[in-house]
Formats: sequence, structure tokens, C-alpha cells
Amino acid sequence: MYNFEYNRPASLDDALKALSSGDEVKLMAGGMTLIPTLKQRLAQPSKLVDLSGVAELKGITVEGNAVVIGAMTTHATVAASAEVAAKIPALTKLAHGIGDPQVRNRGTLGGSISNNDPAADYPAALMALGATVTTNKRQLAADDFFAGMFTTALEEDEIVLKVSFPIPEKAAYAKFAQPASRYALVGVFVAKTAGGARVAVTGAGEDGVFRVAAFEDALSKNFSAAALDGIAIPAEGLNSDIHGAADYRAHLIGVMAKRALQAAG
Amino acid sequence: MSATGIGASVRRKEDLRFLTGRGNYTDDINRPGQTHAYILRSPHAHAKIERLDISSAQAAPGVIAIFTGKDMAADALGGLPCGWQIHSRDGSPMKEPAHPPLVIDRVRHVGDQIAVVIAETLGQAKDAAELIEVDYAPLPAIAHPGKALASAAPQVWDEAPGNLCYDWVIGDEAEVDAAIKGAHHVTRIELTNNRLIPNAMEPRAAVGEYDRSTGDYTLYTTSQNPHVIRLLMGAFVLHIPEHRLRVVAPDVGGGFGSKIYHYAEEAIVTWASAKVNRPIKWTAERSESFITDAHGRDHVTTAHLAMDKDGKFLAFKVETIANMGAYLSTFAPCVPTYLYATLLAGVYTTPKVFANVKAVFTHTVPVDAYRGAGRPEATYLIERIVSQAAREMGLDQAELRRRNFIKREQFPYQTPVALVYDSGDPGGCMEKALKLADYSGFEARRKEAAARGKYRGIGFSTYVEACGIAPSAVVGSLGARAGLYECGQVRVHPTGSVTVFTGTHSHGQGHETTFAQLVSDKLGIPIENVDVVHGDTAKVPFGMGTYGSRSLAVGGVAIDRAMDKVIAKAKKIAAHLLEAAEADIVFENGEFSVAGTDRKKAFGEISLAAYVPHNYPITELEPGLEETAFFDPLNFSYPGGAHLCEVEIDPDTGVTQVINFTAVDDFGRVINPMIVEGQVHGGVAQGIGQALLEACVYDEEGQLITGSFMDYTMPRADNLVSFTLDTHNVPAPDNPLGVKGCGEVGAIGSPPAVINAVIDALSPLGITDISMPATPPKVWQAIRSARPPLAAE
Amino acid sequence: MTISVSMTVNGKTVSGDVEGRTLLVQFLREQLHLTGTHVGCDTSQCGACVVHVDGQSVKSCTILAAQANGTEVVTIEGLADGATLHPMQEAFREHHGLQCGFCTPGMLATGYDIVRRLPDADEARIRRELSGNICRCTGYHNIVKAIKAGAEKMSAA
Repeated sequence: MYNFEYNRPASLDDALKALSSGDEVKLMAGGMTLIPTLKQRLAQPSKLVDLSGVAELKGITVEGNAVVIGAMTTHATVAASAEVAAKIPALTKLAHGIGDPQVRNRGTLGGSISNNDPAADYPAALMALGATVTTNKRQLAADDFFAGMFTTALEEDEIVLKVSFPIPEKAAYAKFAQPASRYALVGVFVAKTAGGARVAVTGAGEDGVFRVAAFEDALSKNFSAAALDGIAIPAEGLNSDIHGAADYRAHLIGVMAKRALQAAG
Repeated sequence: MSATGIGASVRRKEDLRFLTGRGNYTDDINRPGQTHAYILRSPHAHAKIERLDISSAQAAPGVIAIFTGKDMAADALGGLPCGWQIHSRDGSPMKEPAHPPLVIDRVRHVGDQIAVVIAETLGQAKDAAELIEVDYAPLPAIAHPGKALASAAPQVWDEAPGNLCYDWVIGDEAEVDAAIKGAHHVTRIELTNNRLIPNAMEPRAAVGEYDRSTGDYTLYTTSQNPHVIRLLMGAFVLHIPEHRLRVVAPDVGGGFGSKIYHYAEEAIVTWASAKVNRPIKWTAERSESFITDAHGRDHVTTAHLAMDKDGKFLAFKVETIANMGAYLSTFAPCVPTYLYATLLAGVYTTPKVFANVKAVFTHTVPVDAYRGAGRPEATYLIERIVSQAAREMGLDQAELRRRNFIKREQFPYQTPVALVYDSGDPGGCMEKALKLADYSGFEARRKEAAARGKYRGIGFSTYVEACGIAPSAVVGSLGARAGLYECGQVRVHPTGSVTVFTGTHSHGQGHETTFAQLVSDKLGIPIENVDVVHGDTAKVPFGMGTYGSRSLAVGGVAIDRAMDKVIAKAKKIAAHLLEAAEADIVFENGEFSVAGTDRKKAFGEISLAAYVPHNYPITELEPGLEETAFFDPLNFSYPGGAHLCEVEIDPDTGVTQVINFTAVDDFGRVINPMIVEGQVHGGVAQGIGQALLEACVYDEEGQLITGSFMDYTMPRADNLVSFTLDTHNVPAPDNPLGVKGCGEVGAIGSPPAVINAVIDALSPLGITDISMPATPPKVWQAIRSARPPLAAE
Repeated sequence: MTISVSMTVNGKTVSGDVEGRTLLVQFLREQLHLTGTHVGCDTSQCGACVVHVDGQSVKSCTILAAQANGTEVVTIEGLADGATLHPMQEAFREHHGLQCGFCTPGMLATGYDIVRRLPDADEARIRRELSGNICRCTGYHNIVKAIKAGAEKMSAA
């Protein structure tokens, strides 16, 4: 690891000030991806701004027809939340399946989506539930937030504050884990929302999380696993590596989507 | 049986320190004035170093020194030696290229050492290493053993044309060919034994220290055999005589073979500690372990098994290409020859066996022994081809094996490939396993699984292995450049407590407990009064270390022999004190008594007399009570057994789930059943890992794709199940303690059981082959090819 | 450019100066000489470094020492009560849940954490909860057994 200055602001204002205090300043949420990256010397920030002291970024509330989760809320907190379990149990299951217990104790929603690892779980939930990301500057629809592998719409001086997940009629997440890293090789989040069915896939796409229009059309008519029979996912644009070629991932998208639908009931 | 004697599951003496964080591993050791080393390694599989400039790095903060291969060459240091020489079929010796600890002008695998930076802190050493300027001219590389012999393949060494290290044979090829020609049926198989990365949980580490007042060196290192390291490094690399070099292997966090070998870093920190006149610590990061620890397996094999009309095996012909990597590691050449081909008769009466092994160089990390070493490769081949033969002959898996087993009464059994198995009962092991695993109920379970949409299969592996690695004369005749006996020293203290010094090394095997049980049982003293010391050349007289399941079968006997000497001397002392004839003294339950009388002396009274010899036969006997024995057995040790694995496969994803794993093994006489079971658990987990999860993958350019736990799939708790274990023990007549090795059998027996189960599950689809590891995409692809999707799917 | 940190480790208040880049595990091992916590990988996978920070199990190789400022840390050295082993330590000894001992600090920390959160966890659940801890020696068979037994001992205690 290259050395850096460590900074732990206690308020959002201080965090924003620290963020604009120089070049190569980097935000740290849970650090579960950032610290391993630093260890490999793949990044060389001059200053790390640790957001864990900013209380206003933590917490889970139900606001109207949405569950709102603060950016610095850990996966373990989401997985253990009675509100989340009551309103969007699919999210409980997703949070419970991220990494391992130790990662869930530190890793956060905001860190996960800001990093936008193409094999992370949360991006699928945001896309499928039609979530809204609130930053210090604006509100972004999930569809506009994720912008390709490890890329988001976030600007240099922008911090994710919270994510609002509309409560769906039904939803479920099914993940096929890459056996070594336990990241998603293919993760499919299905949701029956007021605006129709939404299906988002993580792990498989060359450009990160994506929605599957063919599935959504079929499921908007009939929200059941049977509705996907005969709809093949093309392998083009999907990842290939030693853990699964594109055609395997394409196949798994269908399998995982059906499993999610069966779980959603 | 006493609560702590032979046969009792005594809880381990070593656990207290490990459970409370008081273990002492190499990286826990810090010496006064210690510096830190970081090694600059090649990012290329094959390249010429055109320029190496360390000047800016030398000026970096905290840097004490930077050394390159030229500095080592200037001191006329030797290369890392190979401890085994194989001769090709034409009588020529194997090709044995130089292996300098730091390369001079060419790198031959990703991870090859180029320079060492020594600095006040590790951070500074790493920062400085980034300032070393290296101009590489990349050259074409070869990684796959199956392609290394091709005429167009890039060459690793000029002195090894065609990348051939040796071309070795055992058996009579013409005889075997004739038998195959005249056979009723011949089963042919082609398979790969996948390359593995050992991944002991403790990364390798080394601390070198030079004492300028005495000129002595000390190396603390993560080794399975400190005396071997002292011999190899002292005699061949650094030219330091034994009495000036101390090697300490303290607590070591697992080895599985990977910590047998003498590695460059050990020589570098020891040599450089005198150069900078300060202790130097080097600890591998896990990503470094992946590209520097010796890997395992990596065979490509074609074989033919000839049978008569009843399925009786007539002849077995094997042709194997074995990957050595870029350099010959310490024991590498013997693994695919004498640890592999000599086992190809397996547990069967196959009368004729021939094997040809071509060892090849590639631009990869050296390959050497990994848990089982050669024997897993042999067992996998035999048990795969036997299972395939049963399917081709339309015979039940158990039945074909029964027809060919060496029967219990046929032991000792001379195989056609040199070994004489001293004992065993393969049939007895299998029948017991069949019952335990409810083999007769399997078809009902297969149907039930099918109703749930799952393919269920059961796989067999009935095996024997040769371990307890010794006899020196035998291994010497086969090319070993060292003896493989073991040393034990028993020091009885004045008050009757005992310290045992053993040349074996425990890195998880529990020697401190098992050996203490041996001593407590034989000397009749409480186990608390026995301590076992290992891992320090300054304390233990000599030793060859721990590998090849040899610690108890060889090292345990050496301790037993030393105890015999102690008892013999103690009897003389007792005879004197009891005023009786030595021949009348009986030693039982820790007491020396005069036969037929109630006159006796306790063990502690005798030991006290030995050290306070006021009333002592001083003209005939020296004071003191301490004895040393070296033991060199006359034969290997032959554990064996039957492993049955039951799996279910999800056709939608290709995921294979192990449902049951049953192992019935023959360990001869068992000292501590709890520890032995633990050894089997770990071995089976590594075997299941090889069969279903673990693959070391290099790309065509020689880059390691599986370079971390993010891509190399280590078995985790949720990949495995609780195992069903039992034993069917036949005491070993060729071992004085009647014991057999147990450390490797799990890894030897299990992989074919798992793959045979996968193939059995998929056999209704006509699938006859799946390579290791049977990963989900591979299994899914096989199912899809066998059962093309309907157009609508 | 150092940072002063202070925390409670195994019940004792400790402080020291660290760099921004100093990991908690480095602070524990190198500055406090608490070498019972181990480093087995560099990708946050193996779990040999798991400790408890403010009552949560955490990989000490993936948290900066500075982040642990002001927290309460418990390592393997702090699990026993004087000479009396913690019930989880006792269960690992009784059921041979360790061989080489290198992964043991993390296994104990995770095992203790599992039982605290899920006292009735069955074998399958225990195995899933161990997904962040790798052992190469035991095949997990006896670790799972030990954690189950430890749960019983802890609930009886």
C-alpha cells in the first residue's frame, strides 16, 4: 500500500470539504473493496476520507411506499433489519448473501453501488426495484446511475447519501456465486412493481448490471417462471472467464431468473 | 489401554498454545535490529533481461542494500540443488539446469526472483522495488505439459532440447504390448491430473541472522525438514558447514509438501544477513505464494488396460507427460517416477505393467510433491480406468474389483512394478465401505433423486499407497541423493521426566501428542511428563523431516528404538540397585522389579540413580540416561482402503454436490484415532477440492490466471459435508510398531471416487468422461452436449 | 505523517502512532506484539485475521488501524479468562478442531460470533457462516463439530 493521509470527518459538510481539499482524494465507505485495491497498489490516493463517522449517512426508514437506506448502512444491518424483511424480503436475502459475515459487518450499500463492481449484488436490486439514489447534489434513477463496469454517474465531488427502494408487489434475488470469490457469476433480481415487471442481471454483463427487456415483457403479462419458457438470452455482451463462458452465463440468467420467480411466489 | 496410552484419542498437547494465540510461527519472530526484504519478481513467463538498474532504488528512503544475481555470482554461490536424479531409458542422466537463487539475465516463469531489496521497513522495501528499472525482452513461453514436447514449442533450456528433462520407463513394454494385443477387451483412457496449488494457510517466511562474533548463521524458516534445508543450503548454495548453520522451523502453519523444498528466499536472507550484518525477514504475501510455492500434479496420461473375458486384468500400459515447471525443485524428478509408476498395480493382481514417463520443462512455477505426490496421480488413473472398464464390460463396479483384488492371504505381495506390499485387505475394506454407504440401497436413491430432477451417482476408489518414505538403500538405488532414515533421541531427566527429540517435524500432524503417547505408554510415565522437541537443528541430532507419511512409521520407530536402549540401560542400573541379575529384571508399568519377587524400583528412582550415581555400577556403566537411535526401515508402509462418494448433480447449473463420503482405511496399528481421523478429513477435503474445485490455470503466454483466492477455488466449509469414516486395520508386519502412514491417504483415495461418482451420475446420458475439476460449467457443457437442448429451450 | 490511535485491546487501553496505511492487523502484530492474529492472504478471503471490533467479527487485514481508533478490540489472546479457556476454545480442543493452528484465531473468532448471533444454528448454517474462513488442514469436519459443541457449552455457561 502506498501511504496516504487519513481523514475521518464527523459530518457531511466536513466530508465534502475534505473531498475537495486536493487532488487524488478518495472516499472510503466500508473499505471492503478499496483496502484490497490499495494493498495491491492499484490506486494511490493522497488522502482517504473515511465516511464511517458521518451519522447522517446511516439508517433504515420506511417512507411512504419506499424503504430508504442510508449509504453507510452495512450489509449486516440491512440483512438484520425487520423493516426491510417486512417490506422487501428479497433485499434481506440479497444483503445476507454478500461476501461473508465479516464483509457484511463492514461493507456498505453506498460503497457497493459507488464502486459498481460488475459482479456486485446491490446494483441488480437497485435496477430491478427502480430505486432512486440521492446524492449531495441530486437524485438519480438507478437506470441513470450505473454507467458500465466500475463506472457511475457520480461526479468527483459527489457523495451518495441514501437509496430509496420502492416497495414492490413481489420480488426475489437468485445468485449463482463464482466459486472462488463468491461474487455473483450471475445474479438475477426480479420484481413485480406498479409499473410492470423489472429484471436486472449482475455478474454476467461486460458493462456491468443490465436489465432484460425480453424477460420484463413476458413477466409483465404473466409474473411466473413459466412465462420465461422459450426465451433465450443471447451470449453476446456477456463475460467469459475461467469460471464460465458467455454461453454458460447466458443460460444461468434464465435459470436464476426462474429460481427467483419461484422464490417470489 | 490407558487413557493416554496407545490407541487412546488423547487431546493434543500442542493445542493450548494455538488456542490462546501463543503459537510461534516464523513471521511472529522478530530479531533485534531486524530489517525487511522484498523480492522483485518477473512479471513475464519468459524474457531476457536486457538492463537492470538499481541505482534510483538504492537511494530510496530506508534502503539498506539491494542485491542481484550478479552479487550472488560474485560470491561464487551455488544454485538450488535437486535431491533426486532420474536416468532416461537410454541411460543418460536427466537434464538438470542451474537454478540460481537470483537470476542473472533470463527469467523463466512469472515470479522468478530478480533482485532483493533490504530496507528498514517492508513498506520502504516495496516502495524502493518500484524504482528498480528492468528492461525485459519478452520471449515466447510454453505452459502446458501436453504441448511442451511439440517441435515448435518455445524452449525453456538450451541444454534440454525439446523441453525434455528425462524419458523414463519401468516394466517390459514388449510383454505388455503382446498381452494387450491378445486381450479379450482393452479399455483406453486419456486424462489429465490437474495442476494444483498447495496453499498451506501460513505463507512461507524466512528470517536470516548472522552472528559476527562467532561467524554463525541462523535461519528461521517455514520448513517441514530443517535438517534437510541445512544440508541443501549449507552444502550446495552458501557453502556454510553444518556446525556454523542453525536452521529452526518453529510452528509451521501447514505444509502439504510445499514446505519440503529449499527455496531461494531462504538462501537469500541467510546470505544477505552477513552482507548487511543485520537480521533480515522475508514473508510471502499470498499472491507471492501462488507464483513461488512449488505446485503439484500436472500430468497428461494415456493408458490401456487389457482384460480377459471375465474381466481379469492382464496388462496395464501407461504413458505420461509430467510437468516439472521451469526448474527442478528438490524432489520433483522422483514424483512422477518412483512415487507414481511403482504404484500402478494398485490393489489388483495385474501381472504385467509398463509405464513411460516423459518429464518436461515449461515456463511455470516448479512442480513438486503435493500431499500424496505421485500416488494420487497413480490412484486416479487406475481407479478411473477400472471404473470405465467395469462400464464397458457391463460389470458392477464392486464385482470387477472383487475379481481382481489381491486377497488378504496373498500378502506379502510382489507387484510387477518393484514394490512388495507387506499387508492389506482391499476386499475387506471395500465390503465394509459398501455396507457403511448402503451400496445396495443406492439405486433407490438414484430414482428418488431423479424424481427431484437431480442426477445421482456413486463412485468407487479402492487403493493402496506406498509411504513411510525410506528405506535409504532402496531410494538410493532409485536416484535419491540422501538417506531417508529418521532419528529419535530420548532424554530421561534425573527426576524421571522425558524430553524426546525427533527429526520429523509437526506442522499440524500432532507429533507432540502422538509421540508423547508412545513414550508414556512404553515407559509407564504420565504423558504430562513427556515433551517432544522438533524443528531445530541445534537441539535435534539429525532428521529428514516430515513428508510422505513417514513421521510415525519411520520417526516413531526411531523413538521406540531409543526407548529400548533407555530401558536396557535402566535394567542394568535396576539390577545393581536391587542386587539381582540383569536377566531377572522385568520392566512393566513404569517399574523395574525382580521377577517372582516384590522387590522393585520406580522409573524415577532409576533415573535419579543414573544422574546421582552414588550407588552405581560405575565400572560397567556410564552415568546419565539418554539414548539416540536412527531407524532405517526395510520396506515402505502400505496403507490402503476404499472410498465411496455419492453426489447429486443439478442439470440446470451443472453444480455437483457431494452428498456422502465414506472412507474405510487400513492404518495398521493406530496410536491416536482422533488425530488419524483428522488427517483423513483434511486429505479427503483436499481430494474433493482437486476433483471439484481446484484448478491452477496458466494462459498461453504463461501468465497465472488463478493467482489468488479470488480465482483459485479453495474448498470452504459449505462445499463439503461431514465424512463417514471407519477403519479396517491390518497390522503392518514390516513395521516394528505395526503402523502405517495416514497423512496422505485422504488426498490419494478420494479424487477418483468423486469423479467416478460424477460420471456414474451422468452415465445415463452416455457421458463417460469429465476432467478434474468437475466445475459447474464443465458439467453443464457435458450434459448439454449429450442431451442437446430442445429448440424451444 | 503519523496518526495517534488509541483503543481497548483485550480489555487494556493501548495507544500508538501509525501511518495512514497501517492495517489493524499490522498494529496488533507489529506494535502490540499480539501475534496470535494471523495473515493468510492479501485478498480478504482467508479469515485467519478475524478479530472482534466493538463486538463484531471483522477481518483485521481489511480495516485500517486508524479506523479502529476508539474501538474495543478482542483478539485470540483475549478470549480466555485467565487460565480458563473460553468454552469455544475448549470445544476446539475437545473436538480436534485445529491442526496446524494457523487459521485457528479466525475460526475461534468467527465460531464465537456465530454462536452469539445464531445459538441454534444447524450444521448447514454453520458451514455457510464459515464462508469467510479458510482451513486447509481439517476439512472443516471437526471445526463444525467444535462450533456446535461450543454453542452448547456457551448456552450452558
